[in-house]
Amino acid sequence: MDIDLTQKGRDFINTINEFCGYKANWLIKIDEPTSPEWGWLPYERPLEKYIEYGVINLDKPPGPTSHEVVAWIKKMFNIKRAGHGGTLEP
Amino acid sequence: MTRVVGNIIHSSKEYICVMQLHSPVPEERLREVLEEFTGVIYQRPPLRSSVKRALRKKRINEIELLEYSGKYALLRIDCEAGTYMRKLCWDVGLVLGVGAHMRELRRIRTGPFHEDKNLVRMHDVAMALIRLRHEGKEDLLRKVILPGEYSVCHIPKVVVRDSAVESIVHGASLAVPGIVMVQDTVKKDSTVAMLTGKGELIGLGLAEMDAETIIQSEKGIAVKPKRVIMEPGIYPRMWRRQGQDNQ
Repeated sequence: MDIDLTQKGRDFINTINEFCGYKANWLIKIDEPTSPEWGWLPYERPLEKYIEYGVINLDKPPGPTSHEVVAWIKKMFNIKRAGHGGTLEP
Repeated sequence: MTRVVGNIIHSSKEYICVMQLHSPVPEERLREVLEEFTGVIYQRPPLRSSVKRALRKKRINEIELLEYSGKYALLRIDCEAGTYMRKLCWDVGLVLGVGAHMRELRRIRTGPFHEDKNLVRMHDVAMALIRLRHEGKEDLLRKVILPGEYSVCHIPKVVVRDSAVESIVHGASLAVPGIVMVQDTVKKDSTVAMLTGKGELIGLGLAEMDAETIIQSEKGIAVKPKRVIMEPGIYPRMWRRQGQDNQ
């Protein structure tokens, strides 16, 4: 078990809370550290996993549809699965 | 991550919109009508839409009149997902009695993703991939892509013990003894994000208890999973047998 890793995990969670200005207090149930034997800090995933579990806040140019842009991105990354967070119009 | 994006689509959105009025009205009158359109409104989806065209209720959180020239109104609108801006402009025009239509539109926020923060362009993505493929460097790509966990930043969170992670991935409910900590914003029957101690998103679930109850309880189901994001095999199997999940 790793105290430093556990702290880094909590720092990461607080980073994402701050990203969208989400405020809440933590209530601790059991102060148990996480083990370095499995999993990764999200920023330290191996690249393939980082991409698989990643999102891009993409500035879609006017013109092409969201579906077209998603298709381009998939092609660029050579991946099968990708989605998008919404369209302006169908 | 594609699965969690579905949830983001259904969160709130923010737009900047240019509405063209077919005849000028006094600014005061425009402000009054925009005020009327704030709150819960009825909206029928337009002819060219991807949903059933039934009258439905949509929540408009805020309409800010940024500029007004008599002919054009520049608006910032914060609303529920699935609200049609083109229709909103048209309906505002009807109430004003002069008619109006949408001239230009840009979405500036989808759920937690705002155009001011970490917005990347197509060529940034292309450059990052070229850097990786020609120079073998991951740095740009790791900047262009954010960990998917960012997409649940606005959802109440619960941190799960290593020993309970894999059972949730396999569809088991999260029981009280499997919890490390919980945000005090967790309320019964609302969506929660389940994270590992390292901050990895396991999935989304429905809370069966308030945060306070979780802290006071020794056992019982705390969260029922709805969407599992994490793939199996990252965390070890630690449950003993079926029906005794989360120890």
